[in-house]
Amino acid sequence: MSSTNNDGAAPKLPARRAFLQTTGQAALSATAIAMLVGSESLIRSARAADASKDVSILNVALALEHEAIAAYQLGAESGLLQKPVLDVAVQFQSHHKGHRDALVDTIGKLGGSPVSSKGMGQYAAELKANTLGSQKDVLMLAARLEKGAANAYLGVIPAFQDPALAQVSARLAADETMHWTVLAQALGQPLPANPLSFGA
Amino acid sequence: MRTLALILAALGLSLVAHTSLLFARAPDADRGARLYDSRCVGCHSLDTNRIGPRHGDVFGRTAGSVADYDYSAALKRSEIVWREDTLDAWLRNPEDLVPGQKMNFRVSSAADRGDLIAFLKRAAQD
Repeated sequence: MSSTNNDGAAPKLPARRAFLQTTGQAALSATAIAMLVGSESLIRSARAADASKDVSILNVALALEHEAIAAYQLGAESGLLQKPVLDVAVQFQSHHKGHRDALVDTIGKLGGSPVSSKGMGQYAAELKANTLGSQKDVLMLAARLEKGAANAYLGVIPAFQDPALAQVSARLAADETMHWTVLAQALGQPLPANPLSFGA
Repeated sequence: MRTLALILAALGLSLVAHTSLLFARAPDADRGARLYDSRCVGCHSLDTNRIGPRHGDVFGRTAGSVADYDYSAALKRSEIVWREDTLDAWLRNPEDLVPGQKMNFRVSSAADRGDLIAFLKRAAQD
């Protein structure tokens, strides 16, 4: 590799420094490193490694969606939700089912194996469904899970190798935030006083 | 001239380091509890395994050691013990600490990490 530009002049230092700073600050994916090296076989195996990392993240997201579907099912079957609230809970559950289906599809396309749902009895024990005694209890549980899910999706965005999947994570976070906002309003909880209250 | 610039740069860095130490606050476990409730509860609880393993006794625990939780192979063989420094590195970027782990969730703020760790330390002592 030549150390000069096409006109024979040495590269300008600021540009080279900026490149080094940029590459130093943002970790390169295995695929990007393989592309820099220029080996086709290395690029193929690196792409597989990057996809494997993304599949791992997506499978945690899928486990989260399985749990959310179960949580709304427990709430719906509890007999504690009044009719208009029950309708909203069922609608939110349908959103989570849509998330689940999209994640299963994506994981499959990336060559991964989607994690399975646990049994309802296990979810009930893990979420302490036996402590739910009122509609407010159910809504508070749902609000905590939705807020946690929104933050989970935001917190894994930097870990994705594929920016398109990072965007999917942001879209999932937006749905969970919308759910949390409705639930918080139903519970009479105040909106966050400060901006940028999610993620970080 | 170059030597003078280097000395001034070193003095500047030293001043920045000392200033940040002066203004660094002690970890706040109560704030950590609130952060835990908003950031971690999506996947974790203190006393039950869910999407992630239980956290009530995580401080001082060996990584990958909860018997009834399905860890990544990477974390199981890591031999890490969860203390302030290891938890800080884990929360900053789990993949950097244990390549092949499956959490991937990052907490970018050092103050937030410190508060979360203070909360987890207190929870393990309760």
